[in-house]
Amino acid sequence: MAGARTYKTGRERARNVSDVAEQTAHPATGNIRDRSSAGTAGGAGKPDSAVVRDALGVGVAVGLSGFAFGVTSAGAGLTLLQTCALSLLVFTGASQFALVGALAGGGNPFTAAAGAFFLGTRNAFYGLRLSQLLALPRSAKPFVAQWVIDETTAVALAQPDRRSARIGFTVTGLTLYVLWNLTTLLGALGAEAIGDTAAWGLDAAGPAVFLALLAPMLRTATERATAGVAAVLGLGLLPVLPAGVPVLVSALAAPAVLWLQGRRTRNEEAAR
Amino acid sequence: MNGTHVWIAIGLTVAGCYLVKLIGLLVPAQTLERPLVQRLAALLPVALLAALTAQQTFATGTDLVLDARVAGVAAAALALVLRAPFLVVVGAAVLVTAGVRALGG
Repeated sequence: MAGARTYKTGRERARNVSDVAEQTAHPATGNIRDRSSAGTAGGAGKPDSAVVRDALGVGVAVGLSGFAFGVTSAGAGLTLLQTCALSLLVFTGASQFALVGALAGGGNPFTAAAGAFFLGTRNAFYGLRLSQLLALPRSAKPFVAQWVIDETTAVALAQPDRRSARIGFTVTGLTLYVLWNLTTLLGALGAEAIGDTAAWGLDAAGPAVFLALLAPMLRTATERATAGVAAVLGLGLLPVLPAGVPVLVSALAAPAVLWLQGRRTRNEEAAR
Repeated sequence: MNGTHVWIAIGLTVAGCYLVKLIGLLVPAQTLERPLVQRLAALLPVALLAALTAQQTFATGTDLVLDARVAGVAAAALALVLRAPFLVVVGAAVLVTAGVRALGG
């Protein structure tokens, strides 16, 4: 009974990950009070145990996907130590997958790291919201920073008050950090044990993870156009540019689509 | 794969990803609150994830290929449309890819 409920709230919270992305896209609607009333039915004075339960739901569900990273990284040719170092020290999934994908594709270390870095920049915008919401002392920030990721932000922003937000952030961060690193290790060991990961279809885990992260972001025509242009650039430039560079060039789809959209809006206004 | 190159890439990624997390916590809110900066920041992962998905589905090295992964990623897309949880989406891709390969695809 309790398990079923945890699962349900866990899934609801997981959906909120995409809402955070939405929030960064539309700052006018990204007000913390709105989020808390929409995200929780209880309102003010939510019991700590309920916050912990929600946070564990997200932490466990997402933490287990470290298996996919461990397997993908080992399958890409990274050593056990390299794979575990990434999960321990980078601790932001999309960037880790992007890095091992780029290295496996023959990219040089600088272009590979650049792609991972650009994917990680969204965490700066999460930090911006969290630093207000959690009211962190300056001395705590260097330690808290490592846990500023999609899931911890989603859980913290969904809470009705500061106390719940702090508990939600800490429990999600701790659960996720421990499980993500443990499952990374097990995944990498498993991949080494089975040898040819491609025969087991494990080379499809990476693109499936990217697609799962991308899908909730495709809300309007702007995002879909950007994704379409970027996918075409990413594939079309592959034979002509050095490995790792096409992904970076495809990132230009974002400013290009914004610029075209801005120009169209201005033209429509001028025509009126 | 050259071990030194891998460690350089790991070091750069560790430093870069940690710094952007920390910067978000340290800078005054209004610095990054400009609408254009926010929209670009939201759209950048869309472009990168789309390019990465396409490449890892349709390419091996610098060659474009159609193999079992395409079926696997299509299964993942279907699972996403059906609002399946994250692990089911990834599991569907792996199982279908392995299945198609086992059948000789």
